[in-house]
Amino acid sequence: MIVSLGQFQDALTEALWAAAPLSGDTPGAKCLAALSAQPGFAVYRNTVIKGCVDALRANFPTVERLVGSDWMVAAATVYVRQSPPLQPQLIEYGADFPDFLNRFEPARAVPYLGDVARLDRLWLAAFAAAEQPRLALHRLSERPPAQLAELCLRPCAAAQWHWSVLPVFTIWRCNREGVELPESLRWQGEGALLCRQHNRVLWQHVSIGACAFLDACAAGGTLADASALSLEAEPTLDFNAMLANLFSADVFVDIDRKP
Amino acid sequence: MSMSLLGAGLGLKPEHYEAAYDCAAPGLWFEVHPENYMLGGGPRLAWLDAIAGRHPLSLHGVSLSLAADCPLDEAHLQRFKTLVERIRPALISEHLAWSTWRGQYNPDLLPFPRTNAALARIVDNIQRTQERLGQRIAVENPSHYLHIEGHEWDEIDFLAELVRRSGCGLLLDVNNLYVSAHNLGFDAGCYLDRFPADAVLEVHLAGHSRDSSASSGLLVDSHDSPIADAVWALYARLVDRIGARPTLIERDDRVPSFAELLVERDRAQSLLKQRGTP
Repeated sequence: MIVSLGQFQDALTEALWAAAPLSGDTPGAKCLAALSAQPGFAVYRNTVIKGCVDALRANFPTVERLVGSDWMVAAATVYVRQSPPLQPQLIEYGADFPDFLNRFEPARAVPYLGDVARLDRLWLAAFAAAEQPRLALHRLSERPPAQLAELCLRPCAAAQWHWSVLPVFTIWRCNREGVELPESLRWQGEGALLCRQHNRVLWQHVSIGACAFLDACAAGGTLADASALSLEAEPTLDFNAMLANLFSADVFVDIDRKP
Repeated sequence: MSMSLLGAGLGLKPEHYEAAYDCAAPGLWFEVHPENYMLGGGPRLAWLDAIAGRHPLSLHGVSLSLAADCPLDEAHLQRFKTLVERIRPALISEHLAWSTWRGQYNPDLLPFPRTNAALARIVDNIQRTQERLGQRIAVENPSHYLHIEGHEWDEIDFLAELVRRSGCGLLLDVNNLYVSAHNLGFDAGCYLDRFPADAVLEVHLAGHSRDSSASSGLLVDSHDSPIADAVWALYARLVDRIGARPTLIERDDRVPSFAELLVERDRAQSLLKQRGTP
């Protein structure tokens, strides 16, 4: 029986992803019945699923360290069947894996797992971001003070941050670094800042005010607006120290230089 | 980078960047999957730039999906081109297979019936690739696990016709050949002796393993072990027939130390040197 190349590809794709063997009398299904009965069919199906699962394991190493390989593979396999990759750069695969984990019933006992996955994704984003010239703090002081309030600072693509209502940064950091969780882990919100400097992704704890400031900068707000929002989020914030810290982490794009 | 400088090379693994950069073995070159380097920036690309400054590089695509019954993904081709312009590879290769279909990526090298229509489609896709990348590509024989009905061409004739119509070269993967011959029940030596010698731009060697479902009796192109003796023997037979060609050893799983891979690589290098001039 002759099927077209496209019919063959429709049928093989459907069979690779089907939960049960295909039936039906379309030319593709008949052609596939002869293929899926052969042991070699399982080699392709296993390779496709394993390729997707391995990509998730590579992209979410901290999640795997927390839950163990067996649990990770089982959860990833469920995710893979719901959300197969759409394009071949698998470093981008699993963009909504954190949301999946938040909804995933067997993960309910680990309420911070989705946010741990989110930090793994932010690490990848910081790791693979395009190079951009960074802004040094002394460049700000070269500007007339009257202009500063209207200045817009732009976080670079290699800077990623996230505020979580749980102590997710500490949990993520300890597992990432392979150290024990502190016995005195305080069950409260934490912010994380990940930023690539000199080809290394570095991470640090940041406050809710710093996260609000970065959110406002990323949204295009002026320094005046962003500082107001950061102090609203955290009235006790030492704004100058926070800003100096972000500059020493190389967070902002050089506003005057073209990349 | 002149191709005549390429002896035996190694697939480049991130855990070996530093050792690969430092190694000065004559004829050594490295191969990467471009998909792993289609990034905006960062340390991985920085390492690739550094190694490209010291060694010839080859880009071995795994996802252009040349055999899908549709035009190529132009966005993917553009990312490929960007990388080609960045590192100026000595060789570019892809597979006689498909992986992306209707907007979904299936991370494997999938088979198809070798029909006249498939031939025309793949010729178009190879030509488009060569036009965009500005370089001749080598197309690799895949590993086979299935008996497929409806072939109108045998694989060697199909590859030779691709070469004739598109001007592409070929990448002969000796391990794929060994695995396919075992799985489909044909004679690997006869295949090797018929393979169009003039078109071979590159040779691949790798390890394979038995299928985890032992009852299937299949061999799997797993790239997780040293090259089997039978594959070395086929390789020697090939070099005796066609002379020395750039030869790449692939190891993608259970990756040993760089030093250990280099021992296997040196074996290929010696074989090329001793028997490569017919």
